Amino acid sequence: MVTSRSDKWFNAVIYVILVLIAVAAVFPLLYVISMSLTPYSEVVKNGGFIVLPRKISFEAYERIFADPALGRSMLVTVIVTVGGTLVNMIFTTLAAYPLSRRNLPGRTFFLLYMVFTMLFSGGLIPTYLVIQSLGMINTLWALIIPGAIATFNVLILKSFFETLPEELFESARIDGAREFRILWQVAIPLSLPSMMTVGLFYMVGHWNSFFSAVLYITDTDLNPLQVVIRNMLLLTQSSELQAEITVPTAAMQMAAVIAGSLPIIAVYPFIQKHFTKGMLLGAVKG
Amino acid sequence: MVSMKQHVNLHAHSPRSAGNMPGQRLRRLSAEIWKMRALYIMLLPCLIWYFIFKYLPMYGVVISFKDYNFAEGIFGSPWADPWNKHFKMFFESPYFSQLLTNTLLISLYKLLFGVFPSIILAIVFFECRVGWLKRWVQTLSYMPHFLSWIVIYGISIAFLSETTGLLNRWITETGGSAIPFLNGTEWFRSILVLTEIWKDLGWGAIIYLAAISSIDPTLFEAAKVDGASRLRMIWHITLPGIRNVIILLLILRIGSILDAGFEQVFVFYHPRVYEVGDIIDTWVYRTGLEQMNFSLGATVGLFKSAIGFVLVLGANKLAKRWGGSIW
Repeated sequence: MVTSRSDKWFNAVIYVILVLIAVAAVFPLLYVISMSLTPYSEVVKNGGFIVLPRKISFEAYERIFADPALGRSMLVTVIVTVGGTLVNMIFTTLAAYPLSRRNLPGRTFFLLYMVFTMLFSGGLIPTYLVIQSLGMINTLWALIIPGAIATFNVLILKSFFETLPEELFESARIDGAREFRILWQVAIPLSLPSMMTVGLFYMVGHWNSFFSAVLYITDTDLNPLQVVIRNMLLLTQSSELQAEITVPTAAMQMAAVIAGSLPIIAVYPFIQKHFTKGMLLGAVKG
Repeated sequence: MVSMKQHVNLHAHSPRSAGNMPGQRLRRLSAEIWKMRALYIMLLPCLIWYFIFKYLPMYGVVISFKDYNFAEGIFGSPWADPWNKHFKMFFESPYFSQLLTNTLLISLYKLLFGVFPSIILAIVFFECRVGWLKRWVQTLSYMPHFLSWIVIYGISIAFLSETTGLLNRWITETGGSAIPFLNGTEWFRSILVLTEIWKDLGWGAIIYLAAISSIDPTLFEAAKVDGASRLRMIWHITLPGIRNVIILLLILRIGSILDAGFEQVFVFYHPRVYEVGDIIDTWVYRTGLEQMNFSLGATVGLFKSAIGFVLVLGANKLAKRWGGSIW
């Protein structure tokens, strides 16, 4: 293939843009990691943080994990992420499967019943009052149950179930299988990739969520990870943190930021394709 | 086996016999429902969940017309006098125009400066002929989407903080004076837009890339034979090919224009920037839950929901013209 000169220029511009994008996505994180590893001596020597410190230390991490609040909050987040995703998947599947059956009487009504909540909501305050009256304030349930179903994910899963061939269900029914068994032994195994996509979306959502905790949790023992990190970022002026002379405050803050994002970054490359697929599934719908 | 056959037969005849005999139809319907009872049982917990967590709060908006107090609850609290007391209070307060301006401006800036970079990136991905480079950059550029706003706020501190931020260090080293990116009112909205772009630039490109990939490849081949340059092809084939998708997404975004990014603003803002950064959602949170003015908070929330509802319906109607809708 002959490439003309203008074509070469065109390609060059494309490559430069792509490299810049990659750097823009990665450099901030690398710099945060570098900051979190910078000991105080380096900061003094250079008059501040630099991109590549000569000496590194893990003391910032040791210090933030010495505070039991961080470990406890991680435990809370893990419990909410695992338990919450489980609840999400059960509810979402149980909603999506019946609605994927086109001959279900009342299907349109049920769909409307769900989709309407995407268009209109009672708002923050009434929702809070309902959750309060259920006695969920200051329990981990408040972080799991009110978000048990994301209508959007129900629609994604429903549209996937709809693509499964009808004959499959027919033959299972002829073999005498009940609906619950068909769901469990036919529909779910065939939809594992889609279920995984939806599950991963829920999981990341739980891991990153902080606002429901701001709303419903006042007991500091039940604070999830993101809330604790936020508190650390806001506590710049705290005398307790500034008394440290071996580790800069900012290094500890950045160590907390890394602790909050590392699990996601670590698993992200492996699950990335599920996410993009889910995005497209949703887009086809949307 | 036998019942299976009956089922099939019923279906085969249903179009012709429907409507003739209502009694028979009703009986058939109830038989159908009974046969599918397991599906309804599956659906039941979800229906209850929607009722409690979505529809009860919708009923709860009645406190906009009441003087809510904790002791008497949603049902027992006395009605407001006059009924539109809280609405009036909000519309006449100085907050009204400030909140609306902030919400709309932040939302519009994000729309304006967020959509086009994603489209350009999608075109760049499509034009990249080096497979591994494309895949790597795609993976890396989607990643920020999965970071929480707290984490992104932390990263912003690393770069933009007045004292330790990398950017301000460069500025001071070259003789300038540090800029309060995160603490001042001047930069606040720009920082919101910038961090949003950083988070969702790549992620937003996915949908446009999918649209570009579905353009008929013979169009490109024909243009190539005619000697069109690649820039010309982008202008005359790629962009027109995804025009409908672009318009559709823009319309849908306008439908949710009152959502300026609650979590993001909540994480980034503080009292000094309320003037430029306080949006409807954050105000509702502070008024309703921090100052315990439940009725006023619910009123403003209802105001937002109602306008949002109309906008989404309108947007969807418009979107149908371009061959797509939310439902």
